[in-house]
Amino acid sequence: MTKYVAKRILMAALTLFAITFVLFVLIRIMPGNPFPVERMSAEMILQKRLELGLDKPILVQFADYLKMLASGSFGNGTSLYNGAPIKPIMLKCLENSFKIGVISILFGTVVGLFIGIVAAMHRGKFLDGFCTVVSILGVCIPSYVFMIFLQYFFSYKIPFFPYFFDASNFLSSAVMPALSLSLFAISTVSRFTRNEMVEVMNSDYVKLAEAKGLYGWQLMRRHVLRNALIPIVTVIAPLVVDLLTGAMVIEKIYGINGVGKLMVDAIAGQGVDYNYVLALGIVFSALYIAIMLLLDILYGIIDPRIRLAAKEG
Amino acid sequence: MENILSVKNLDISFRTNAGNIHAIRGVNFDLPRGKTIALVGESGSGKSVTMKAVAGLLDQNSTINSGNIFYNFAQDKTLDLLTLSKKDLRQKINGQQIAMVFQDPMTSLNPTMQIGEQIMEAMLLHKKISENDARQKALELLKTVGIIDAEKRMKNYPHQLSGGMRQRVVIAIALSCEPKILICDEPTTALDVTIQAKILNLIKDIQAKMGLSVIYITHDLGVVANVADFVYVMYAGKIIEFGTVNEIFYDPRHPYTWGLLSAMPDLETSDDRLYSIPGSPPNLLHEPTGDAFTARNIFALKIDEKAAPPMFKISETHYAATWLLHPDAPKVQMPPELQTRLERSRKAAGL
Repeated sequence: MTKYVAKRILMAALTLFAITFVLFVLIRIMPGNPFPVERMSAEMILQKRLELGLDKPILVQFADYLKMLASGSFGNGTSLYNGAPIKPIMLKCLENSFKIGVISILFGTVVGLFIGIVAAMHRGKFLDGFCTVVSILGVCIPSYVFMIFLQYFFSYKIPFFPYFFDASNFLSSAVMPALSLSLFAISTVSRFTRNEMVEVMNSDYVKLAEAKGLYGWQLMRRHVLRNALIPIVTVIAPLVVDLLTGAMVIEKIYGINGVGKLMVDAIAGQGVDYNYVLALGIVFSALYIAIMLLLDILYGIIDPRIRLAAKEG
Repeated sequence: MENILSVKNLDISFRTNAGNIHAIRGVNFDLPRGKTIALVGESGSGKSVTMKAVAGLLDQNSTINSGNIFYNFAQDKTLDLLTLSKKDLRQKINGQQIAMVFQDPMTSLNPTMQIGEQIMEAMLLHKKISENDARQKALELLKTVGIIDAEKRMKNYPHQLSGGMRQRVVIAIALSCEPKILICDEPTTALDVTIQAKILNLIKDIQAKMGLSVIYITHDLGVVANVADFVYVMYAGKIIEFGTVNEIFYDPRHPYTWGLLSAMPDLETSDDRLYSIPGSPPNLLHEPTGDAFTARNIFALKIDEKAAPPMFKISETHYAATWLLHPDAPKVQMPPELQTRLERSRKAAGL
């Protein structure tokens, strides 16, 4: 198991390095200019470039960047408006996105699993059909449409939740965005859970367990859930990353100062700039890789076939 | 002879998207205590469905239209299993009274559970027994079914065992609560030929030791000849002939049984091509009129198209449902190839 984990970690580190390199090079060779030409003279730009080391060869710049990363910094912004260090700004935004993300993941997974299990246990009956309709609706409605719908009913018609995000009133202002973000997760997780469970329930080993005399919840817990969980974990993992890294549109609509909004602003060059794009790209990738790594380890715990294969080879 | 299990007029249909499938159309059979019966027939003839009904494992889209499954659980005490709720069935019958061995050992064990746990599970569920005693019992069972290194195997997962070993584990699971009836649904079909005989002998040994009554479901007549006391031939959801194993193998009366026996590979037969019954079983989405076998039956009579034949008695134990046995029917002999073949095997058996 240790060897298995070590191998996964090494692979993860290599992947992250490759992504950083590609991102860095792509952003550097992209046409365009981080400086507002209309407000800076050619000399000023040249001087700024020298100051930031942008005149050096790309590979040298990359080496410098890596050194900076190694010391735990993402450098400064390059724009005139926001040349401050990137890290504190990004951390603040990450915190906002994470808080809402975690709520929507927990809510989405728990509700999704619940709906899926209920549907599977009543397969072919009314409840199953009802759950199917709910999850199809959930996949079809974009989260921001649902968000606007919620705003209309619960902020405008019945003024219960605030119109916009307010960090000082976190709980009540997180409800609507978390709910709209979790909609997709609920649908995906419930649909997948239902199908996986039905498949496992039709398997020979569940029939054998029934022939032993197991039934109801005991049968679910001992024979169905664990085996259905393996593929379910696979769909949940990427959802987690999506939700943690914020939903750009939702954050924009609801005025949440999160990473999604930061990314959009950075790409559009509104006050922040391409060093942010790079930094965010690296953070998102690292997050994704970390989740996948966790997933690989989790597989090993859930599925003895993987655990033992890892032990032997 | 006392029957431990008696199935009467069992009638089952399935709801599917294509319509209602009338899969079991009035099945009757008896399982004498301590004996072995075999249900034979082509795929889709309803063998497995009948057994699933007995074990209470029918799929959700099935309906039992009528019938009784009488289980004789003690001297002069019988119980109709079809009147039990699912909960009662699981708590009182499955595992403890009736156990099953499935066709494919590669898929009938839970891949994420240790072998030992899977064997202990039923014991811990049904019996007031400590975990240690259950473990001890499981170890003994593994040894009984011929697994070497039982101690080590207890901690193994199914994927670490070969097919034959897994089937032994499935048998150990079936035996764990000392059932009275063992249902074996094609227990050797998915195994190598070399393992087949070993598994069959194992079941035979255990049957003798524990006084089990066994039901085999199979389409392998070789297996039947080897293990069964009584044979029931099924076709399109009905029993069409039954008798002792000798009666079915040496004196078959139904043209379908003739076909089945002719289709059995035989070292002595010089034909290059193996015989197969022409056509395929009827689609039970549409209720067959008359005898369901008519379209494939070269001996079919006019009446076969109009009315299903009743059971005609041949001996105390031997019955067949074919109009050919009616006193007014023309005298028809089985195909000459089969006749010589049966002659030969009768001689070989010293009859």
